[in-house]
Amino acid sequence: MAENKKVLMKGNEALAEAAIRSGCRFFFGYPITPQTELAAYMAKRMPKIGGTYLQAESEVAAINMVYGASAAGARAMTSSSSPGISLKSEGVSYIAGADLPAVIINVMRGGPGLGSIQPSQSDYWQATKALGHGDYQMIVYAPSTVQEMADCMYRAFDVADQYRTPVMILADGMLGQMMEPVILPEPKEVKDAADKPWAATGTGLAREHNIVTSLYLDPAELERYNIARYERYEVIKANEQRFEAYQTEDAEIVLVAFGASSRIARSAVMKARAAGIKAGMIRPITLWPFPVDGLRETLKTAKAYLSVEMNMGQMIEDVRLALRDEAPVEFYGRTGGIIPTPVEVFGKIKEMAAALDGATAKEAE
Amino acid sequence: MASTGKVVFQRPHALTDAQFSYCPGCTHGIINRLVAEALDKLGIEGKTVGVVPVGCSVLAYNFFNCDCVEAAHGRAPAVATAIKRVNPDNVVFAYQGDGDLASIGMAETVHAATRGEKITVIFVNNAIYGMTGGQMAPTSLPNQVTQTSPYGRDVATAGYPVRVCELLRDLDGVAYAERVTVDCPKNVRAAKKAIEKAFTYQIEGVGYSIVEVVSTCPTNWGMSPQNALKWLGENMLPYYPLGVYKDVRAEGFKDIAEAAAARAKDCPIAMQGRD
Repeated sequence: MAENKKVLMKGNEALAEAAIRSGCRFFFGYPITPQTELAAYMAKRMPKIGGTYLQAESEVAAINMVYGASAAGARAMTSSSSPGISLKSEGVSYIAGADLPAVIINVMRGGPGLGSIQPSQSDYWQATKALGHGDYQMIVYAPSTVQEMADCMYRAFDVADQYRTPVMILADGMLGQMMEPVILPEPKEVKDAADKPWAATGTGLAREHNIVTSLYLDPAELERYNIARYERYEVIKANEQRFEAYQTEDAEIVLVAFGASSRIARSAVMKARAAGIKAGMIRPITLWPFPVDGLRETLKTAKAYLSVEMNMGQMIEDVRLALRDEAPVEFYGRTGGIIPTPVEVFGKIKEMAAALDGATAKEAE
Repeated sequence: MASTGKVVFQRPHALTDAQFSYCPGCTHGIINRLVAEALDKLGIEGKTVGVVPVGCSVLAYNFFNCDCVEAAHGRAPAVATAIKRVNPDNVVFAYQGDGDLASIGMAETVHAATRGEKITVIFVNNAIYGMTGGQMAPTSLPNQVTQTSPYGRDVATAGYPVRVCELLRDLDGVAYAERVTVDCPKNVRAAKKAIEKAFTYQIEGVGYSIVEVVSTCPTNWGMSPQNALKWLGENMLPYYPLGVYKDVRAEGFKDIAEAAAARAKDCPIAMQGRD
């Protein structure tokens, strides 16, 4: 049917349209580059389909509106770019603390501070370790194509509702701005709060009052809630790890890369294979939970790993943790908004291959 | 013994039987009760969602029988905005103190008001941060001694207090703004009327409504409840005069849209789409 036609779209617009098709009718945002097209798309579409686009007075207000809308039972989201996400971190912590579902999109740019408006992956730590205070995690998707942006977004609200957790889609300025063909998913039914018995929708004088809060003054009670949340995280870790394995069956050098940098890493792997080097790539699609199991599978053949990132080296720590020092892990990255080239990454692979050959030769002596 | 008497006074249905966590003599208890009485009188408890702040009334969700959402410090208007947008048939109120509303949450306050969100804000102004132990608030009076203005609020360095109703009344989204107090039965009755009116304006879609309640904090002011009320009358009320600061209906308009249009009548673009 017409819905399944391939269309050419910007990544930011594909995120927006997929969110609408997944039943989201509440978008709260604040202007920032390079997520601009996403909010603009929502501003154009939401009024036409009975939805709400609200331009908040700040990123802080926007995320608290997401908190309120989610507390009232709606599928609600916000989008921003790195400095704006920092401002949202308090609100995301409250969303996690109140066990509310929500989707937050970060179209990353260079940092720290005002940084640049060019693509970057330097919010990896922020997204996976500490977006806000307190004991919590959130599911983080890292799509690498416009199609995957639509697919991850389409799934995000279902996962958020299922586990009652915030979900982040971690994109970057390159993915957000570029155009690719995409097949958009079928629109889902927009649900009301009927299947969210915890939502604050009014008691109707027919039930006890619902309280949505993250405040537990009794330490034992707060500990119980935190432990219960972490038990849910174990289920998420067991069920929600997503990754792509590319040419890893016999790979001796395994690149690990996500999002935009995985596109470059893939090209570098192709170059390496053409040069006779057994290279492959693990591409995490979920950054949290990190695809530990998928990565460890490659230990059967891998002799060395290379984490390729558009930052000073952040995901590499998760790679090392997953591999538990069973193989050496090296890093290649560019930062500040610079996108590494396949030639640069291939150069690093060649260095590593030469070192491995040298080591093999030495062993043979 | 079987009672044959007539009940003339009882706990409002919209209040739970949980014990208040407020200090003895604090006026929060009266104001919580007035809000609950308004919900009872208007018959709206079942469709009301309260948004409670960070501050002394942080646990108010235990006291109101309606659904409640705890907001981050200062963010109650943003949270209330979204709840109302999701379910416009709900009656949504934010209950906030002076630090929450006029300091950390000033942006949310001003913008919810200027957007004309159909929410009701109950603003408890006791000129101090109560819960954290009595620090200087945006509404602390000049020369008022607090933990963080130990020599008295020096306006040369700490600036002047914010008069919230005066600040908000010029915003086109505000339908109703009134300052009341609860220092004596007469004023309590007037405060009750104001709170009912604020909810009624929301229900009738007139616009954003706020009731500022000038209050006491005997504990952190270091006074007996009696002396605190006296201090309120002598110092707070001259600085924060009671009265109606905005009432678009009293001005002869149906709602904020009509009032705003009258004000912008010479601005062609603002008048587009209006008769």
